[in-house]
Amino acid sequence: MTTTDTMPKAKSRLWTPENKPVVIASGCIVVILAIGTAYTLATQGTATLLSPGYMLQQLQVGSFLGIVAAGMMLVILLGHIDLSVPWTVAASAMMATAFGGAAALPVGLSVGLAVGLVNGLGVAYLRIPSMIFTLGVNAVMRGLMVAYTGGFAPQTAATPLMQYLAVGKILGIPVALFVWAAVSVLVVFILRKTPVGRYIFAIGNRESAAYLAGAPTRWVIVFAFGLCGMMAGLSGTLLAGYSTKAYQGMGDAYLLPAIAAVVIGGTHILGGRGRYLGTLVGVILIVLLNSVLSIMQMPEAGRQVIYGSVIILMLLFYDRGRQERQ
Amino acid sequence: MSHTRKSDLSIILRQSAPLITVIAIFLLFYIFYNSNHPRGFSTAVYIQNANEVFALVMVAMAQTVPVLMGGLDLSVGAVMTLVNTLASHLLNGSPLEIVFGFIVCLLTGALCGFVNGCVVVYGRIQPIIATLATGAIFMGLALFLRPTPGGDVDGDLAWVMTNDLYEIAATYGFFDNGEAAWFQPVAWLPVPALLLVVVALFVWMPFSRSVTGRTVYAIGSGESAAYMSGLPIDRAKIAAFTLGGFFAGVGGIYLTLQTSSGNADIPQAGAYTLNSIAAVVIGGTSLLGGVGTAIGSIFGALVLRTISFNFRIFDIDPLLQPLFEGVVLLGAVSIGALSVLRIKNTLELFR
Repeated sequence: MTTTDTMPKAKSRLWTPENKPVVIASGCIVVILAIGTAYTLATQGTATLLSPGYMLQQLQVGSFLGIVAAGMMLVILLGHIDLSVPWTVAASAMMATAFGGAAALPVGLSVGLAVGLVNGLGVAYLRIPSMIFTLGVNAVMRGLMVAYTGGFAPQTAATPLMQYLAVGKILGIPVALFVWAAVSVLVVFILRKTPVGRYIFAIGNRESAAYLAGAPTRWVIVFAFGLCGMMAGLSGTLLAGYSTKAYQGMGDAYLLPAIAAVVIGGTHILGGRGRYLGTLVGVILIVLLNSVLSIMQMPEAGRQVIYGSVIILMLLFYDRGRQERQ
Repeated sequence: MSHTRKSDLSIILRQSAPLITVIAIFLLFYIFYNSNHPRGFSTAVYIQNANEVFALVMVAMAQTVPVLMGGLDLSVGAVMTLVNTLASHLLNGSPLEIVFGFIVCLLTGALCGFVNGCVVVYGRIQPIIATLATGAIFMGLALFLRPTPGGDVDGDLAWVMTNDLYEIAATYGFFDNGEAAWFQPVAWLPVPALLLVVVALFVWMPFSRSVTGRTVYAIGSGESAAYMSGLPIDRAKIAAFTLGGFFAGVGGIYLTLQTSSGNADIPQAGAYTLNSIAAVVIGGTSLLGGVGTAIGSIFGALVLRTISFNFRIFDIDPLLQPLFEGVVLLGAVSIGALSVLRIKNTLELFR
């Protein structure tokens, strides 16, 4: 903190290394909005992007990604990663619609939690690198679901509650946004106010030190993975409500954007550093980027190139990681 | 003297235990497959299998190099796909044009890897996230080249490259159209299997023995130690990614010859990337870096594919295949990890 004292006061509050990614990402959002609005003004003569209705609709779609990213952030802060998200999302959605009725939501969440706990146990107790273990769990979940559904989209439909949570509105604001907000509050609370949150950062910085300091490292890892799985399950259940049914590959579009959102938000991919506000801004950035590209009717090829370039360019501007060799 | 030699041998054996294990597993599965195949141990089966494994083997080798460094390359599938779509435009016309096409395709693969390396070294972005982003860019370029699947590949070339040596001679009229007596003992060898040996012997082996190659291992074992020893860290990192891109490019070219088309298929690229990681792990390379070889990854990829071959033979419900493959993958990595349960000092768990 002593270094920032010499800078002008207003600037020092904004330009701490911790804030930098959030500020840059927010600036990027403004640029994306400006480009998109300029485009719609030129072609349609309206500022579609800036209308509250359109914004809320985009955020509603983005809330599914936001919930996945919230869970992913916990795991990335540990220095691990969860690659089982795609089929955790799909399996939760399929099981939730299959059970239906009042059990749908609890079943969806439990499936996610169960997958997350398996991930956590494998990583914490067998010490298998999370990258490969969650990959294997993803393959097993895919296998289970293909065997269960016969390779087709299941015929069962989402329950009214699931549909309400995904597409319903309270006072004109989508319910999904409230769910996302609740998840966000929960994650911020865990990270800031509970010992588990401090342990997560400690493990991400140096696991052996956290262990020697008496942190129950294995238990914390299982907890974080369990929560990450449960959030993927929640997202899958909502997604099934949004599209009224579950289908194969419904979670495929959530893995890489979730990781990208977390990293764009300034969380270090090797763990130990990051804040939730950044992840929130990262999700909004990715959602808006996607929606501007669809408005411009950008072909898939251009989308991929822009998507990749934005991630690289933003990371180049960040505090580019302390040199690992010291 | 004899005592020293004996201990040398035991060290070599201990160091190559994972490699020997994976080769043994492969031979077990493959012999089992052939003895249950109606036309087992025949050239036709070898050719078919060699064609099915080649692209994955190349991508697995491509993945090995960054993993040895303690990194990960999530763009190998995308590089393979990009070169696949490029080759589907270039591999036709006069022999000179085809040779030119081959060179351009190989250079493109290496260039993609070089870009990855530069982003990692000079951009100081973690390999996993850097290659995630560049992978998206390569995939976008592949989609520009082939918005829809298709392509125009020289028919003779595609035929001979995916067959045995006899067909090369017969098609281009060498060695009395392949009937020469001295040629018969080797005529049955599948071309892709030979290509694989050539790549392993003349690209991987020299690299792994060079200073740059040893530096890649040293970086994976301990980057600060490698830096303190004055090893060329930046050069080795860029070289590792470039070599990975080259291998992925070879896989992409082969996929083009095998399918006679280019296809910018995003799920397929993702599947290749994920299978490449699995093959590397099964092949005995540590994801933490510093330990393993690309040769192990070759057999890791072969094991993965041979398991699927066996499913075909035993007529297992296709719907159960993904489940079996997942369980095998998960089981393989878990068995390797069981040794941690015997560790007495918990601190040894944290590297």
